[in-house]
Amino acid sequence: MVYYAYFQGKAPDVTKKRFKTVWDIPKEELLAPGHRMCQGCGAAIVFRHLLKAVGKDVVIVQATGCVEVTTTVFPETAWRVPYIHVAFENAASVASGIAAAIKALKRKGVLPPDKKVKVVATAGDGGTFDIGMQALSGMLERGDDVMYVVYDNEAYMNTGIQRSSATPWGAWTTTTPVGKRWRGEWRWKKDIVGIALAHRVPYIATANPAYPLDLIEKFRRAFETEGPSLVHVLSPCPPGWRIPPDKTIEVAKLATLTGMWVNLEIVEGQPRVTVKVPKRKPVKVYLKMQGRFRHLRDEDIAFIQKVVDAEVERINKWVGEEAIGPVVEE
Amino acid sequence: MAAQEAKLVERKAKRLALTGNYAVAYAVKSCDVDVVAAYPITPQSPIVEKISEFIANEELDAEMVHVESEHSALSAVVGAVAFGARAFTATSSQGLEFMHEILFIASGLRLPVVMAIANRALSAPLNIWNDYSDVMSARDAGWITIFNETAQEAHDAVVMAYRIAEDPRVLIPTIITLDGYILSHTVEPVEVIEREEALKFAPKRPRGYRPVLDPDKPITMGVVGTPEYYYEIKYQLIHAMRESVKVIDEVFSDFCKTFGRCYERVEPYRMDDAEYVLISMGATFGEVRAAVDKLRREGVKAGGLKIKVFRPFPADLLEKYIGGGNVKAVGVLDRAVTVGGATEGPVFNEVATALALRGIRLPMVSFVHGLGGRDIFADDVVKMFKILMEHASRGESARRTYFIGVRE
Ligand SMILES: Cc1ncc(C[n+]2csc(CCOP(=O)(O)OP(=O)(O)O)c2C)c(N)n1
Ligand code: SF4
Ligand SMILES: [Mg+2]
Repeated sequence: MVYYAYFQGKAPDVTKKRFKTVWDIPKEELLAPGHRMCQGCGAAIVFRHLLKAVGKDVVIVQATGCVEVTTTVFPETAWRVPYIHVAFENAASVASGIAAAIKALKRKGVLPPDKKVKVVATAGDGGTFDIGMQALSGMLERGDDVMYVVYDNEAYMNTGIQRSSATPWGAWTTTTPVGKRWRGEWRWKKDIVGIALAHRVPYIATANPAYPLDLIEKFRRAFETEGPSLVHVLSPCPPGWRIPPDKTIEVAKLATLTGMWVNLEIVEGQPRVTVKVPKRKPVKVYLKMQGRFRHLRDEDIAFIQKVVDAEVERINKWVGEEAIGPVVEE
Repeated sequence: MAAQEAKLVERKAKRLALTGNYAVAYAVKSCDVDVVAAYPITPQSPIVEKISEFIANEELDAEMVHVESEHSALSAVVGAVAFGARAFTATSSQGLEFMHEILFIASGLRLPVVMAIANRALSAPLNIWNDYSDVMSARDAGWITIFNETAQEAHDAVVMAYRIAEDPRVLIPTIITLDGYILSHTVEPVEVIEREEALKFAPKRPRGYRPVLDPDKPITMGVVGTPEYYYEIKYQLIHAMRESVKVIDEVFSDFCKTFGRCYERVEPYRMDDAEYVLISMGATFGEVRAAVDKLRREGVKAGGLKIKVFRPFPADLLEKYIGGGNVKAVGVLDRAVTVGGATEGPVFNEVATALALRGIRLPMVSFVHGLGGRDIFADDVVKMFKILMEHASRGESARRTYFIGVRE
C-alpha cells in the first residue's frame, strides 16, 4: 500500500544486498573497545554494526544518553569517526545544521563536490520518542539529508530506568513501579514508524541485533538514502530489563519470534517484513525471561498476547502477506 | 569622543536607508555566511526574512535551515559551525530563552557562532516591546556581547563579530544586540559594507584552522567532563574571554582605520570634566546624551558612559573614565531587572562591583526604567541625574534601586 504520493528524498536500490553473509561485514572496528557500556549492552552491538555499515566518511551526532556518556569520557573516546554530542533533545537539529554545512561548503568549493561525507544522528528512545520528537519531526519534514538511528532500550536508562513513551505495556520502570495501585507501565508504545511515515520519509526500517545481517544491510540502505531515513533498533539492556548480560541476543531474538517486535523495511511507502516468522512463539516466553515483567499475572500476559495478535494481523494486512504466522505452542 | 577624532577614511561607501534589522541582514550577506537557521519572532523576524530574500535571489550563497524552533535554530547553527561553516542566527525574547540550554554549549564547545538579538521584554505578561531582559538572562552563558546604539552600529558589529569570534585566540560565540523596534524597525541611513570589504576585514579562514568535524581527521566534540577535567575546560573559556579584550580592541581599531567609524568597549559622552555620570547601553544611551546636553546647558557637569561591549565586562575602561578624580557620583540606568538581586539593576551590580574592587568609592545609584517598552524620555534621565546629585551632596549611595517611570 502506498501511503503518500511522494517522498522527501530517494531510497537506494533495495534489490541487491551488500551484506549477504557475516564475511561481508568489515572487520575494522570504528567503535573502539574499552568503552564503558555495561556487559551485554545491546546498544554496543548496534553501534559497532552501524559504523561497520557506514564506514569512515561519516559525522556522528549523538543525543545525551547511555551510549554518549559511556563512550566519550574525556580524555578518552571510543569514536574513530568524527563525533559530536550537543544535548539531549536536538540530535536531529544539530545533524540538519551539519547536513546544511556539507551542502553549502560543497557548493561553495570549500569541500570538493565529490567529497563523500554524510551525517548520522543517533539517540535513545527518550531522545527520540519524547524530548527529541520536535527536532526529529523538523528534520524529517524538511527532507534533510540525515540518517537517523534510534536505539530503543524502552526506557531512560542513563538516568536510572525511568519510563519513556517507548516503554512497553506492563513493564516495570523506576517511575512506573509495581505497587498497590500501579502495576508497571499502563500505556502502549508509541508508533515511531507511523510517525516517520507520516513525514513521507523514503527509507524507514526496524531492526534487531539478533539479526545482524538484516541490521547492517538496513543501516547501509538508510545511509545511502538521499534525504532523511530512520532506523528503529531494539536494544536490550540487561540492567534495565532485568536480564543476565549473556541473554541479550536471546531476548532480542524472542522479541521477533513472538511478534512483539517485527523487522520491517518501508521503502518509499512500500512495507515489507524482512525477517518472517512462519510459526510464532507465545509472548510469555519473551516476557518470562525479563525481570521487568516479573509481576505480570496470567491475565496480563493474555492481554498482551491479544494485543500482539491484533498487531500482527494489522502488519500482515499492511504488507499483503502472512509474514508473521500464528502462535504455535511448543 | 573617539569617533570625532577619527581620521576621515576615503571610501566610496554605499548609503542605504535601512531598518536595524535590514542593516544586520545586509552585513550577514556581506560576510558570506554559509548556513542560516532561525525561527520567527517579533521583532527579529525581518532579519531572517531579508536574508531569505537574499538567498532566494542568489545574492547570498547559503543554506537556510527552516527549523521548527529556536532551540533547533541554535542547535543547527552549532552543528554547522562545528563542521567548519560560517553560520548565523537571530532571535528575541522568548526565542532566546528557548535557546538557553544551547547557549552554554556553544560557548563550551568554543564555536564562533554569531547571533543577533533584537531586544524584547520577557513574558509574562506577554510584551513585544523593547527592554534588555532577554540578553541579560544570557549574561552568564559565556558569549561575547556587543550592544549597539544605531542601525549603523548593528551593521558594523556583525562584521566585527565574525572577525572577533573566529579569531583563533578567541573562538567564543558572539551576540550583537539591537533594541527591538527602536532600532530593529526604525529606518536610518546606513553605510553598507560591501562583500569584498567585509571579507577583507573578516576573512574566512581555511576550514581546518580550528578543530572541526572532519572524517579525514576525526575528533570527538561534546565530551563528558568529569570533575578531574570540567573545571580546567571551563577555565579555558574564562581565560579566553578575558584575553578577548585585546582582540576586540585590535578589531575596533582596525575597523576605525578601514571604515572610519570608531568604537570603544566603553564610549564616553562629555566625560572630560564630568562630575555626575550615568551609565547605560544600546539605544537607551540616546536619552542619556540628550539629558547630558540639557544639564550641561544648565551648567551641571553631567556626562555619560555607554557600555558597548558588555561581555567581557569593561571594568578597565570604567575605571579609566570614572577613576580620574572629577567624578562625584555614578548612576546606572538598567533596562532590565534581576528580581530580588542585591539591587534590581543587573548592570548596576556589575559596575558597583568593578568600581569597588578598584578602590573607587563614590556614591552610586541604581535606576531602572523602560521595562516592556515603557518610553524613556530625556526628562526622565534628567530626573535621574538630579537624584544622583542629591546622593552626591549627601555622600551616600542609594541602598535600593529607583524605579523611574512606573506607576506605583
Ligand atoms: C534537557 C534534559 N533533560 C533531561 C536530561 C537528563 N537525561 C540525560 S540522558 C536521559 C535519558 C536518556 O534516555 P534515552 O534517550 O532513552 O537513552 P538511554 O539512556 O536509555 O540510552 C535523561 C533523562 C538531560 N540531559 N537534558
Ligand atoms: S544501562 Fe543498558 S543501555 Fe545503558 S549501557 Fe547499560 S546495558 Fe547499555
Ligand atoms: Mg532509552
